[in-house]
Amino acid sequence: MLWRNYWRKFVNYFMFSMTGLCALATVGVLFFVLGYLVWHGGSSLSWAFLTHLPTPVGEAGGGMANAIVGTAKLLLLASAFGIPIGFLGGVYLAEFGGRLFPFVIRYTADLLNGVPSIVMGIFAYTIVVLPMKHFSTLAGGLALGVMMIPIAVRSTEEALRTVPLMLREGGLALGASKWRTIATVVVPAARKGIVTGIILDMARVAGETAPLLFTAFSNQFWSPGWNQPTASLPVMVYTYAISPYEDWHKQAWAAGLVLLTLVLVANVAARLFVSGRSAH
Amino acid sequence: MAGIPGPTGRAAATRRAHAFVQGLRSGDTFAHVATLLCAASILLVTVALVHQLFINSTSPIHKFGFRFLTGRTWDPVSGEFGALPFIYGTLVTSALALLVAVPLGVGAAIFLSELAPPRISNAMTFVIELLAAVPSVIYGLLGMFILVPFLRQYGEPFLKRTLGFLPLFQGPMYGVGMLAGGLILAIMVVPFIISLSREILMAVPVEQREAALGLGATKWESTWQVVVPYARIGILASVFLALGRALGETMAVTMVIGNDPRISASLFAPGYSIAAVIANEFTEATGNLYLQALIELGLVLFALTIVINGLARIVIISTAQKGSGH
Repeated sequence: MLWRNYWRKFVNYFMFSMTGLCALATVGVLFFVLGYLVWHGGSSLSWAFLTHLPTPVGEAGGGMANAIVGTAKLLLLASAFGIPIGFLGGVYLAEFGGRLFPFVIRYTADLLNGVPSIVMGIFAYTIVVLPMKHFSTLAGGLALGVMMIPIAVRSTEEALRTVPLMLREGGLALGASKWRTIATVVVPAARKGIVTGIILDMARVAGETAPLLFTAFSNQFWSPGWNQPTASLPVMVYTYAISPYEDWHKQAWAAGLVLLTLVLVANVAARLFVSGRSAH
Repeated sequence: MAGIPGPTGRAAATRRAHAFVQGLRSGDTFAHVATLLCAASILLVTVALVHQLFINSTSPIHKFGFRFLTGRTWDPVSGEFGALPFIYGTLVTSALALLVAVPLGVGAAIFLSELAPPRISNAMTFVIELLAAVPSVIYGLLGMFILVPFLRQYGEPFLKRTLGFLPLFQGPMYGVGMLAGGLILAIMVVPFIISLSREILMAVPVEQREAALGLGATKWESTWQVVVPYARIGILASVFLALGRALGETMAVTMVIGNDPRISASLFAPGYSIAAVIANEFTEATGNLYLQALIELGLVLFALTIVINGLARIVIISTAQKGSGH
């Protein structure tokens, strides 16, 4: 009996240490990823990297200014397209919806969110690239924008649902119409949650590579306007990493570091923004 | 809504018409319709997506029919397209990813929900959520330059020495291959399993734990025999969601799987996944049939992930409704 209790205690400590190891190992991965990228990418990162165009293979120096601008343009286009639709859709689900239709929308949004990003790339390819017969910033922005909608809808809805019913009743009782109450009372009350959701949404698509491969494609030069192929950071990381050149590998690490910094800073900022809300 | 006779019906209709005019004047109807259209755009996009995938893959669907899924030859030059090697590669790497990620993820979730003090648990969860946000091409970069050389030099020789009698761990060791693909996928899906499983474990009522502890169970016995079984359906849903991610993951797998369309029993052998072949060959596809065969692969991938995600979401919804009582 005594031995059995020792054994049970041993199992208890052993198994919980194992779970602790699992958690530590997972958390360790992030620090490893960050550390390795800073170590490898940091040395190739320079002012020229951020401000110059790529150079041909074998030529030293060069940067990815066009890819940074390309990513910014793609994000701008995707946001201009995805955020308004996603935001208003979220307002509908939280404020106007009945029972069945919002349920269907919510379910479909979750499914759409799970669709592999490369399939979204095919979608944008078939509706923009095929008719126009060339790759363009427009097609890439559309692919990313469509990916933004389901997350924007769901995060906006969740943020609006945290607003107490009393605020809505107060607005209506003052004689405001429903949409005025939503626009001037409910949405401002939920603005932190909404903004956070949107930043996280943008950070997610900013790192997407697969949907850009055959929509925005890539470009070694500047891409003026919206109608030409454009370079983007994630695609640059990919093409430079699979190239056989040592120089390009270094550039890939540097581009990876820039991309990861961008995504992580956006994430940390957005999440701290939320915890600032829950403090009071 | 259609024509209810009688005075009450007419009164109701008048009232509705009145409310409609009122709504129109105040802008409520407009706001309602505008937001409704935006919400409905999700349905529209989904329908358009399915439609586009179908109409753009008609020629291989007609030419090969069901043979597309069972054919082993992928030869663009002779116009022969069979998707089996890609489906095999996708399923094997995803299964391998789950085999590694489920114990690791559930273990970590147990630690975070049951043992860790709230402050440590929250800090670690924060880090794990950041991990979920790391772009897949970054994982691919690390996979290519760290995981693959490591596997080639140490990991695969070790497996061959110890488990080499299994056909899984035989053959030449390249580093790139299905083992590398599965492992990189495991690292990528672990955060999803942890954050969802943790939430589900934390939602298990405290009384369940107290009852087990009151009966003299150790903390581990209470966790493993009471809390985890209580949360099993939710944990299963998180595993399905992770599977959905793993099936469709493109960049990281493309960079480490070896990109060779063949079916071999060994995990060391290079393989190919559906997403990887689309990523690699789409811009180089010459000829309509080739391009459409790739789009049909996209359709197959879409169907796979929709089924898996659909199941997971149904499980989550049904457990959420059951849990909303308290």
